[in-house]
Amino acid sequence: MRNFIHVFFILFVIPIFAQDYFPKNDGVRQNFKSQIAITNATVYVSPTQKVEKATILLEGDRILDIGTNITIPKNVTVIDASGKTIYPSFIDLYSEFGISKAPATPRGGGMNTPSYEPSRQGYYWNDHIKPEYQAFENVTYDAKSAAGLREIGFGTVVSHNSDGIIAGTGLLWTLNDANNNATRILNQKVSQHFTFRRSRNSRQAYPSSLMGSMALLRQVYHDAEWYEKGNSKTVDLSLDAFNQNKKLLQIFNAGDKLNALRAATIGKEFGVNYLIKGSGNEFERIEEIKKTGATYIIPLEFPEAYDVSNSFLAYQVSLTDMKFWNQAPFNLKILAENNINFILTASDLKNQKEFLTQLRKAVAYGLPKEKALAALTTIPAQLLNQSANLGSLKKGSLANFIITSGDLFESKTILHENWVQGNRTILSKFDGLDSRGTYDLVVNQINYELKIEGEASKPEAKITKDSISFDTKTQFNDPWINLLVKSKDSTAKGYMRLNGVFDNAAFKGTATLEDGRVIPWTAQLKEPNKVKEKPTEEIVVPEMVPIAYPNVAFGNKEKPKQETLLFKNATVWTGESEGILKETDVLIQNGKIIRIGKNISGANAKTIDATGKHLTAGIIDEHSHIAISSGVNEGGQNSSAEVTIEDVINSEDINIYRNLSGGVTSANLLHGSANPIGGRAAFIKLKWGYSPEEMLVKEAPKYIKFALGENVKQSNWGTGGSRFPQSRMGVEQVYEDYFTQALAYEKEWKTYNASKSKTKIKPRYDIEMEVLVEILNKKRFITCHSYVQSEINMLMKLADRYQFKIQTFTHILEGYKVADKMAAHGVGGSTFSDWWGYKFEVKDAIPHNAALMQGEGVLVSINSDDAEMSRRLNQEAAKTVKYGNVSEEEAWNFVTLNPARLLQVDNRLGSIKVGKDADVVLWSESPLSIYAKVEKTIIDGIVFYDLEQSEAIIENIQKERNLMINQLLDAKNKGSKTQTPKRREVKHYHCDTLLEEF
Amino acid sequence: MKKYTLYISLVLVSLSWGQQTPAAKQNQSILIIGGTAHIGNGTTQEHSMISIIDGKIQYVVDGRLAKPAKHDVVITVNENHHIYPGFIAPNSTLGLVEIDAVKASDDVREMGEMNPHIRSIIAYNAESLITETTRPNGVLLAQITPRGGRISGTSSVVQLDAWNWEDAVVKADEGIHLNWPRSYVRTGWWAEPGGIEANKEYENQIKAIQDFFSLSSNYLSGDRKNKDISLEAMNGLQAGTKKLYVHADGEKEIRDALLFKQKNKIAKMVIVGGYYAFKVADDLKQNQVSVLLKRVHDLPLLEDEDVNLPYKNAALLVKKGVLTALQNQGDMERMQTRNLPFYAGTCAAWGLTKEEALQLITSNAAEILGISENYGTLEHNKSATLFISEGDALDMKTNKVTHAFIDGRGISLDSRQDELYERYKGKFEQQKK
Repeated sequence: MRNFIHVFFILFVIPIFAQDYFPKNDGVRQNFKSQIAITNATVYVSPTQKVEKATILLEGDRILDIGTNITIPKNVTVIDASGKTIYPSFIDLYSEFGISKAPATPRGGGMNTPSYEPSRQGYYWNDHIKPEYQAFENVTYDAKSAAGLREIGFGTVVSHNSDGIIAGTGLLWTLNDANNNATRILNQKVSQHFTFRRSRNSRQAYPSSLMGSMALLRQVYHDAEWYEKGNSKTVDLSLDAFNQNKKLLQIFNAGDKLNALRAATIGKEFGVNYLIKGSGNEFERIEEIKKTGATYIIPLEFPEAYDVSNSFLAYQVSLTDMKFWNQAPFNLKILAENNINFILTASDLKNQKEFLTQLRKAVAYGLPKEKALAALTTIPAQLLNQSANLGSLKKGSLANFIITSGDLFESKTILHENWVQGNRTILSKFDGLDSRGTYDLVVNQINYELKIEGEASKPEAKITKDSISFDTKTQFNDPWINLLVKSKDSTAKGYMRLNGVFDNAAFKGTATLEDGRVIPWTAQLKEPNKVKEKPTEEIVVPEMVPIAYPNVAFGNKEKPKQETLLFKNATVWTGESEGILKETDVLIQNGKIIRIGKNISGANAKTIDATGKHLTAGIIDEHSHIAISSGVNEGGQNSSAEVTIEDVINSEDINIYRNLSGGVTSANLLHGSANPIGGRAAFIKLKWGYSPEEMLVKEAPKYIKFALGENVKQSNWGTGGSRFPQSRMGVEQVYEDYFTQALAYEKEWKTYNASKSKTKIKPRYDIEMEVLVEILNKKRFITCHSYVQSEINMLMKLADRYQFKIQTFTHILEGYKVADKMAAHGVGGSTFSDWWGYKFEVKDAIPHNAALMQGEGVLVSINSDDAEMSRRLNQEAAKTVKYGNVSEEEAWNFVTLNPARLLQVDNRLGSIKVGKDADVVLWSESPLSIYAKVEKTIIDGIVFYDLEQSEAIIENIQKERNLMINQLLDAKNKGSKTQTPKRREVKHYHCDTLLEEF
Repeated sequence: MKKYTLYISLVLVSLSWGQQTPAAKQNQSILIIGGTAHIGNGTTQEHSMISIIDGKIQYVVDGRLAKPAKHDVVITVNENHHIYPGFIAPNSTLGLVEIDAVKASDDVREMGEMNPHIRSIIAYNAESLITETTRPNGVLLAQITPRGGRISGTSSVVQLDAWNWEDAVVKADEGIHLNWPRSYVRTGWWAEPGGIEANKEYENQIKAIQDFFSLSSNYLSGDRKNKDISLEAMNGLQAGTKKLYVHADGEKEIRDALLFKQKNKIAKMVIVGGYYAFKVADDLKQNQVSVLLKRVHDLPLLEDEDVNLPYKNAALLVKKGVLTALQNQGDMERMQTRNLPFYAGTCAAWGLTKEEALQLITSNAAEILGISENYGTLEHNKSATLFISEGDALDMKTNKVTHAFIDGRGISLDSRQDELYERYKGKFEQQKK
């Protein structure tokens, strides 16, 4: 039988595939194509328009006519779809259907040293940029996967290979088994795809971070424009392809909500409206998501409930994860409420078969049905510019629709048929024989009772006689039924086989008895089946726990607001020449310090009794790596001036809150120290709950991280380094090389811009060089990771040669040896209080470093480089009183005014002075005391941390945890699928954190 | 800065680095008059008078009531100054590693899983430059502990002013360190890290420990003719002449360790780490199990936890009556030893009195390490291991140690760091002349 099918396939199927104009050598042409009329159906011609008792008339792959007053020609096939509902079939714009993927190439690590070179020739210099990849050249129609997609209602998909930062083009094709690609492909190049992730198939080290991906993408845009104008002397097949792809739909797989904002930012810079693929957590930053104005592709995957029945394991599950389980199904409702345009994809589903279940869940959780339909039909069709063909049912559109047993969003509704380009796939027959009922079965003159139950298309037979039931297996293939009945006679272990055909209220056929005799049998219908409606399973929608900002433990239920605050009778550490003022009042209003003095009264101010307490400016951490998403180092090259931490501020990091609890109000987020020229920095205020954009202090002077010593020369890499430089000697030459290039670059542009005739070839815009030119022009400032005196001296001399000044040496543990030279150069030192001994280059580090540098006239600050130490910077400052006898006021300025001066934000921050930002901290006692506790941390006049509230906050976390655990246990008891508990990880970065997976 | 997977070796430490010379045996009687003596047992003595003869404290009395007896040396202390018992750093790797990133200087871990026979004391470098930096902050004693494996090895307690390890020993081979398996572990490997999930091997790993203990118990109760050095090293755990230090943080792990103690009749058990020991406090107390608490200056383990939990942790245990001391295993643990007093200070800010907090690094630590007969408090007939500070030694701002004594020997408070400080201060002064 199998062989027969195979032969049939070869002989008969292939000719059907042939196009009209192809020669035909296997017979004669079949010119007549019968029309098909589907009648009496309820048809959703569009998400908002339903037509009852409608007829759809099809010819070939298209709808010839549709409506209620259609005259059906005589010679057509009629399918009566009474009681059935028809919807346009779904479109998935984000599919990898038919894409064959190469296995991933190991990236380095262990025995694999990373590669710094591209593996291709004639293409872009970076392997992760692959606009030339064409999905249509790389797909194989996979009938099995197509069947899987049709089963869940899809008829058309865009297939692409989501690999690389620019991942090439996608094709639009149908899930039409009956024809070949010539018919299926509706548009061979419909989309260009982007991700933030490296290609799995290249070992090229760059980029190794999210910010690296972003910088690279920007550079590609610049290069493509430059290339398009014919400025390149060489061929670049990637840029060429990229320019051709610009007119296509631009789809960005961003994932997480913050990444969606990042994608939108790049889009805005280059005038591109990306269609952004999200991850389902958009509701957590809905305001910002809405502001992007983008259309989103949202996966229909919701997390499974955590199995929290073991309390030890349950303890490890974070409130964040538990809340997300509760909240995620509301995401689409919230997107809809905010009028954000979105479409849906089945792509991220762990189990694709669950698609409709998940869709129904989303609807039960409040997603309006018409929005759900539009997101699967009309909107994707519009985006594809295919509204005439796809997404709705009308004259002339493709015959792509599904026939269901009723309302698509009811759980009992089943998909009967999926038609693609006029080709019918029956998923569950609806117009077939319904043989269900009770019969008098007679075999071998014995009477039995036969009951046929279950679904009409897949019935089950039960045979009984005198209350003895017989084990029966049923096969039904309309109109044939085959029954295998196990004998009840213990002495004769055998089976009776019945096969027969249903005709005129009876089955008739032949029975093969246990003893091999073949005799006729009949079963006369006694009573037809009373159709029992399958009850709709109601989806229980739990109470949604409120979204917090950020949506983690200690997040705010509402963004905290600015207040007018009056501190009474505080000991005020002004940080200015006024010194420490006793019993002094400070009034803050509109985010600024407006009065300092005695007996101040503030009419509308909230008064805080600060008697016996100390009020200081907020701590500024000059060297921090908290609140950074997906990688602190772009170490894939020896210079990465093109990357910026501003791109990757992570507003959801719990360490922001922990830092607030230590009195930190601002942090300079630095790139790591993997390469001599690192990335650009981001100066933020720790406005917990606010968005990355709101945390960034845009007006602050701009910085870049440089690094020297062991990290940049890869000294502590187990495998030994392979990238230039490998010695301090090489480090100097890296700078020489880049600044030489930067000068030449600047000159080239100046010459070009000065020339009247723009006939000259336009120089290439290079983000990295632009940044280096900024340094040369004193518009960007260097904070340089440094340890030993030789390298410190080298960099100052180098800066002298290029006529700029290093702003800050950070770490600078041997600064005390060259403090005089530093003072002469005018560079500041931002150091650790007492770290040493962790590597060879810090063997001479001493805790008196800050005092010695300060003594020589160097502007000194104390920084953390560590999420733990940063919340005790007050104590680290106090250590300078112990080691080196620094005065208490000066010691305090090491973590407030001095870092503000190093960062050139002292006009606004760093001290308590009228007119400065109201970034202040209230301490239980002298901030330099080990016994001091932060009572309030205030930024821009907004209270972000309040010790008084902390008990209540912790209680609330417990309450929410308990609520979630009970909901989860309830879900488990009701039979929900569960997953084992997992601990959510909070990343802690240091200068040398490498190999981030992003 | 701090995490290394592999290290570059072959970096030689310059021979020119000078060490402080250990002090000679006390041969002159010493009388300290004035200041507040913090006894270390929760009490204080204002206007104290302390007599030290032959390395022992003769008495600590109220100087206002007693007449000073004749001593060879009299140290008059400002009444605002303070006298403390030498601070004790348990579970320390001082002298086992000099520079973290230099593998050649690292002797902290041996290969293999069950290493009770590995003795830290013989690798202890009494001349480590890092040790010099702990004494000026009052840390005068340490328990030198190996790391790694399931059973890391055997620790010894040392004093921190010695010519060599033999000289340094206060109590040799006093305990065995068992790293209890974790019920929650990271999956995947370093280049492709997975999530942190329940450890599927947890029960098996406990069984492996049980098998080893059963084996050693059988061996030790037999004739021991076929000498087995690793099982031999287990001797004393049931008799209580050796302690079992169980390194564990989780509640489940600590509860399992308690069951293990009962089942194997371990006489003296100490939990090292014990981040969640407060959840098991009543049982710990009942079983007389003490805790060497995880580093105080640390972040909470989980996002949902009180941001100040690591600060409050000691108070939670002390209030429940669990014998608790501090230790600081973790990143840069050796060089951070000098911050041990400030960990105690933080505990005082978050729930303990200053004298209770002081006990965490003096009497409690001595009791847990089994050296309380001689160390940990300023009491009659105990070793004169103490120091004088100009201010509150638990607060970094005021921790200014002027004198320190180990067994009555007045030790150097200098370090190479001070020498560098003086040298470069001198350089700049010279330039200005």
